[in-house]
Formats: sequence, structure tokens, C-alpha cells
Amino acid sequence: MIRPDAPVLLEIRDLHARVEDKAILKGVNLTIRAGEIHAVMGRNGSGKSTLSKVLAGHPAYTVTGGSVTYRGENLLELDPEQRARIGVFLGFQYPVEIPGVSNLEFLRVSTNARRAEKGEEELDTFAFEDLVRERLKVVQMDPAFLDRSVNEGFSGGEKKRNEILQMALLEPLVAILDETDSGLDIDALRIVAGGVNQLANADNATLLITHYQRLLDAITPDYVHVMAAGRILRTGGKELALELEQRGYDWVDQELAALAAEVA
Amino acid sequence: MSNAQAVGDLVSQPYKYGFVTDIETEKIAKGLSEDVVRLISSKKEEPPFLLDFRLRAYKQWLQMREPDWAALGYPPIDYQDVVYYAAPKQQQKKASLDEVDPKLLETFDKLGIPLSEQKRLSNVAVDAVFDSVSIATTYKEKLAEHGVIFCSISEAVKEHPELIERYLGTVVPSNDNYFAALNSAVFSDGSFVFIPKAVECPMELSTYFRINSGDTGQFERTLIVAEEGASVSYLEGCTAPMFDTNQLHAAVVELVALDDASIKYSTVQNWYAGDENGVGGIYNFVTKRGQCRGDRSKISWTQVETGSAITWKYPSCVLQGADSVGEFYSVALTNNKQQADTGTKMFHVGPRSRSTIVSKGISAGRSANSYRGLVQIGPKAVGARNYSQCDSMLIGDQAAANTYPYIRSQQPQASVEHEASTCRISEDQLFYLQSRGIGFEEAVSMMVSGFCRDVFNQLPMEFAAEADKLLALKLEGSVG
Repeated sequence: MIRPDAPVLLEIRDLHARVEDKAILKGVNLTIRAGEIHAVMGRNGSGKSTLSKVLAGHPAYTVTGGSVTYRGENLLELDPEQRARIGVFLGFQYPVEIPGVSNLEFLRVSTNARRAEKGEEELDTFAFEDLVRERLKVVQMDPAFLDRSVNEGFSGGEKKRNEILQMALLEPLVAILDETDSGLDIDALRIVAGGVNQLANADNATLLITHYQRLLDAITPDYVHVMAAGRILRTGGKELALELEQRGYDWVDQELAALAAEVA
Repeated sequence: MSNAQAVGDLVSQPYKYGFVTDIETEKIAKGLSEDVVRLISSKKEEPPFLLDFRLRAYKQWLQMREPDWAALGYPPIDYQDVVYYAAPKQQQKKASLDEVDPKLLETFDKLGIPLSEQKRLSNVAVDAVFDSVSIATTYKEKLAEHGVIFCSISEAVKEHPELIERYLGTVVPSNDNYFAALNSAVFSDGSFVFIPKAVECPMELSTYFRINSGDTGQFERTLIVAEEGASVSYLEGCTAPMFDTNQLHAAVVELVALDDASIKYSTVQNWYAGDENGVGGIYNFVTKRGQCRGDRSKISWTQVETGSAITWKYPSCVLQGADSVGEFYSVALTNNKQQADTGTKMFHVGPRSRSTIVSKGISAGRSANSYRGLVQIGPKAVGARNYSQCDSMLIGDQAAANTYPYIRSQQPQASVEHEASTCRISEDQLFYLQSRGIGFEEAVSMMVSGFCRDVFNQLPMEFAAEADKLLALKLEGSVG
């Protein structure tokens, strides 16, 4: 939902970042307002996953220039846990397994960290169980998953559902979903996309990072951005995704070449 | 700062039990000789059989050599530079706790072990040992109503000499090994527990060992006997002040379980570990062994080892009875330059005897953490079974973890399983937890405690939370 007067949640300006010695982001600009759903598409290696990790504060990535402002606050100077507490969420492409740590306990500690930041009271075990059982419905998840270790032995689809469950509990204002559709079969994709749609509202925003059109059949984006060589090359509406689907990414290469020629 | 560095900082926490109690102490001169052995025995007013036991052990010790097979490195110990007996000046053990030196009570208060009537734990009986002597034992009368004897071993020597003579040294003979021989010659205090036939001990028993003097060795001796059908759960805890010299601690613990008896022995060891450069700390050479003498008897060891500069310790079970059960659950955390060589031995003698070994080693800093275990199945142990699981977790990139499992089977129908794994707290796991609003320290401590869960679940309820806290304490600190 596009409302030009909606408050800006996330403002990315000329963002540069590298991992080890390799420059990956080379000037990303993006403005996200409340109520919007954005999709960032692009080939492997275009920098779209890096963008998501940089926004969440992964220690392996170093920001070398530009700024990211979240609701007026400099996001880049915050620790990853602080970003999460104030409402920035990253849904991982490959959620890691954490043996021995109970999923239920993990979800509770995490939810309470966010609640404390919002000035809400912490939930005890019982109150939290009530909440989590209600939110499980968003992703049609079996309560048995709560008793297992975090993501341990979960199938690809179960891991992604667990991600969306976390999103449902944390109620972020900006949710970045990195390749949430990868490794999902049709049914799982429908459930996960259904969850994302249920959670989107006029006050929050979603940034989908994806390779394929098929996720965008289930979640309709307000904006589609095409990323290449560490920058957003083009921005359009949902029809841009369809164009990509039909023409493939080859034209992106041509545009890049043209751009390079211009610069030279 | 990189995460790896930050994790390193996190595990280097100041030791919170490093204070010294300023109290007048009676010490004998440094050094070990036959006269010293006789002096200790006479100070404790022991019967002749015990003096003979000590002297025999001393002579055996003189003939023995310090073992060097463990993966431990330390400068030679000068056994003549150790004080073998030290006691707070308060000659007689007091009948009532109110008469105990308030400084001592205060010390144990500070350690979180309140002894006074008003503050003591309601469901745990405590024997408090300070340097070479036991200063107080709580709930003795209440336990006596059930026929349970719980007192210091010195007291037991006086009041129940027949039990001591019957059982002492029968599980760990005085010539068992170098450190056991030393202990048998000079042992000072420790606890004695006797649970008579068919009695289920009505409360948890616990001994708290405190080393206070800087140049004193502690040579505790504990003996637990559970008669037919009896059961007991016992826990020991240990701390010591920070000194820049090393102190020697060589303990012997013997457990005897008769038919259908069960003994659960848990340890939370937090001796001073030395500083980040490996200066100071306790040398912990311990022989612990339980004998499942009776059919269907069970002995279960649970240990949480976080302290000591050097740990050399292999709580073992001799599974003599048919269908007897031995268990060993261990968490060993080493940091800085700590070295631990610890594990267990399971001797399967009786038919259908079963043993379970679960060992979790966590190595941080520049420490070395080795699991060493022996599973031995004798020719008569038809249908014996063992399951072992040894997991190591590395924190940082300068710590070492080793596993040395030895399996000897003389029984073709036995089944022995061994599983081992090594893992590292990965940056991605930490980032995952952090990106859900969980702080760095809490994330590390969640993962470590998750790693140790199987072992913590075995601790008595009152202490499981305690152990979790202790580990968190070791892992707690400012990041940045």
C-alpha cells in the first residue's frame, strides 16, 4: 500500500559495504515507508543478500560509506541485538541450527527482549505459551516444534516457518526476508507467504529479497527493485518483476555495460 | 572487536570466591615424613588401625612415582614444601553451631552456604570443611532419626570406628596410585555417610570444601556406604582463595553400594583456577571410585568442573553386581591456561552390568581439555552394555580439546558404543541469536548451557540452577 504521506521507516543512502577485502555494495539508495512492500531482485552475487546482512548488523560485513536511518536513528551504530529490539527483523535464507537450546525458550527470551524495549511487561512461561500457541496459527505450525532445539533437524520448510513465527512474535516494523522462498515446495510457499501477508499492515513494511517471480505471485509488492553489481539499477512496480521473468537477467547485463560505457 | 575476541573476553571473568578469611590457624611445619603422618594421626586422636593404615600408605607412597601419562604439563611438585595439616584455632568441634567462630560462619555465608539455623537450606544437610577440618554439619539429629549417619570422617573415626575399619580403603586401596597413597597417608577431613538397609535418605546431603591457607594442601577423604536397598544423593562443592602459588589438593572418595542400593554423587568444582597467565591455582589430583558390590546396585557420578589450574580426575565405577548400573555425566570448562585431563573408568565385572558416559568439554582461552576414559568388560560380564558420548566445544581458536577413549572387552557378547563430536560456537549461530534481540553474553551462555543440558539434567534440582549460574558467571562479563 503506497501512501506518500506515510512515515519513512528506513532510509538507505549511498550505502557501501565490503566483506573481507571485497567491495560488494557500491552505493545503494532505498526509501521504505510504512505500509509498503518492497521486493529486491537480482542475480546471485548482485549484493542483495549482503544488503540484508548489513541492515541486520552481521559482523563479517564492514560498511565503508553511506548511511542507514531507521525512524530517524542511525541504524549502523547499533549492535545486532539492539536493531532487533527496536523492530528490524531479518528472516534468514539459511536459519542455523542451535543444538541444546530449546526453541520455546529461545522464542520467549527473544520476544521479551523486544517487549522490554517497547516498555511492555515481560511474559512468564505460561503467558508466553498462550501467545506462541496463538501465533503458531499464522504459519500452521505444529506445537511439537516448540519442544525441539532451535531449528535442529527441521526441514527447509519448517525452518522458514519458524522464521515467520519469530516475525509474528517480534512484530517488527521493518521485516527483511532473505530468499524466504528458497527451498520451499508449493504448499510451504503458500503457508509462508500467507503468514507474511497476514503480518503486513499499514504501520510496518516488508523488504523481500528474492531471485524468482513465484514469491511475488503470492505476495504483491508495491515496488520492485533490480539489483546488480552492488547497486539498485532499476525501480518499478510489480510489472517489473514480470518483465524480469519474461526477459531474464540478460538485459540487466546490457544495461550495466551501457552504464559502464557512459561512465567511461 | 571481532566476535571471537569478544567470546574470549567473556570467559575471562574475575573469580568471585578469591577472598581469604583472616583467622588464627594452627599449622604444622612444612614437609612430609613418618613423623608428620604420626603427628596428624595423633592430632586427630585416631585408633591404632588408622595409624597403621596411614603408615603403610606412606611407605607405599615413598616407593611410587608420580604418574606422567596424562596430557598435563606442570613444573615438578615439591612435596616437602607443603603444609599437611592446618586448622582454624578452635580445638573442639562445637556441639552447637552458635558456638562456631562467627568468622567461619560468615565465610560460608559469603560462599552462599549459610549454616546458621535461621538461614540454612531447608532440604539440604551440609558438612562444611575449612582447610583440614570439618567445622559444622547441619541436620545431623534429623538424619539420625532415620538411622542415617552424616558427619565428618574424623568424627566417624571416633564414633563409628567399626564402619571405618570395615570400609575405608576397600574401594581405593592405599597403593592404588601415587596421589591416593599420599592421601591415605595424610588425609585430613571429609565426609562420612552411612545409609542403613532400605532407607531412602530423607534429604540431599552436601559437603562444602574450602581451602583458606596459602601453603596448605587439602587431602580430603570421603566415604559413602549405602546398604541393601538404601539410596542417597550427595553433592560436594569447592572453592579457594586466589594465591599466586599453587596449592595441592589430592582427594580420595570411595562409594560402596550393596544390593539394590543407589548412590548419586554430584560435584561442582570451582577451585581457584589461576590467573590468565596460568599463575597460581589449585592442582587437583583426585581419585574417586564407586563399587557396585550388590546386584542391581547403581552409582551415578555427575561432575561440573570449572576450576583448578590442573585437574586430574577419573570418577569410576566397578560394576561387580549382576545388573548393576554405572553412570558418569561430566561438564568440564577450561579457560586461560587451565588444563584438565578428566574422564571415567567403567569396569564391567557382573553379568548384564550397564554403564553410560556423557562427557561435555568446553575449552576457551589457551586451555587444554582432555577426556580420558576406559571401558573394560571382563570375561564374566555376559550381556554387559556401555554407551559413551563425548562432545567438545571450542571457544576461540587457541584452545585444545582431546578425547582418549580406551575400550577393552574380554566378553564377545558385550555391546560398547562410543560417539564423539567437536563443535565450535560459530559466528553465524551467535549472529542468529543476536538478530533476535538476544545480547551477546546471553547468546553465548544460552549455547553453552544448551550444550551441557544433558548433564545439568542429572544434577539434583536444587543444584541444577546453581550449576547453570556458575557457568554463566564464568562466561559473564562486559563485551567490547
